[in-house]
Amino acid sequence: MIELYLFLVFMTVAAFIATEIKDLLAAVISLGAVGFSVAIIFILVQAPDLAIVQIVVEVVTIVIFVAVVFRTTHVDETIGKKLTSSHVLSIVGFAFFALLFFVATVRALQELPAFGNATMKVASEYIRLGLSRAGGANLVGDVILDFRALDTLGEATVLFTSVIGVIALMRSVGRKKLKA
Amino acid sequence: MIIFLSCIILFLIGLYAIVTKRNLLKIVIGFALVEYAINLLFALIGFRSGMLAPIITQVDAPHRFVDPIPQALVLTAIVIALGTTALMLTVVLRIYNRYKTFDIAEIRKLKG
Repeated sequence: MIELYLFLVFMTVAAFIATEIKDLLAAVISLGAVGFSVAIIFILVQAPDLAIVQIVVEVVTIVIFVAVVFRTTHVDETIGKKLTSSHVLSIVGFAFFALLFFVATVRALQELPAFGNATMKVASEYIRLGLSRAGGANLVGDVILDFRALDTLGEATVLFTSVIGVIALMRSVGRKKLKA
Repeated sequence: MIIFLSCIILFLIGLYAIVTKRNLLKIVIGFALVEYAINLLFALIGFRSGMLAPIITQVDAPHRFVDPIPQALVLTAIVIALGTTALMLTVVLRIYNRYKTFDIAEIRKLKG
């Protein structure tokens, strides 16, 4: 499992670079590095469906990000500016919250089964009935499209609502006609 | 435990970008990092060492699979993350076209 640790370290470093670098295009590329290492970790923990979806979504996300950077500016001009009092306050507040959150999650994660020993009470039923009731060999597909199909319907609703939002915000032709 | 904590660290890096950065694009990047962290935590919780991906290849053989339910939940969450990120970036692009800056302090000053 050494490769899993390597990718986790790489992912954390890339995430830190993405938040701190001055060039916005480099920040977007670092975000892509995080997303693709997440996809590789999905393969390592035996989740090929997730890896496929993550790669497709990551490519689309990076394309949208790069399109926004090309239409606007490359330089993050807020890095290196003098700190205002509200900025310092936000950093102090974040540090306080992060400490509390970290302590709380360490205590909560001790209650979970250790890595590699998942308890599968509900899933054992799905695995037993998956092929006979839903009729698909891929159990993830069975859960999404049959056992929990209403959840997937809600997800599709959210996706198409966001598409409607993007179209409504991007159209500029209608607005000019209104003014004239 | 250490593996789960690295997801929490990624979450906190994303939250740091959301709370303390003054550049709008960096804030969107922070949201994307938080989404990755949560998806990864779910996939790691469902893992069982030595087990296979949940795809049935032999009907009568004993099933030795990782947990399929977290994978199914994360699969929908990944696609929703794409929708929210696209919507946020559209709003950011509109704000830039109007104010010609990503700095949220400048945008607050230019209001009205």
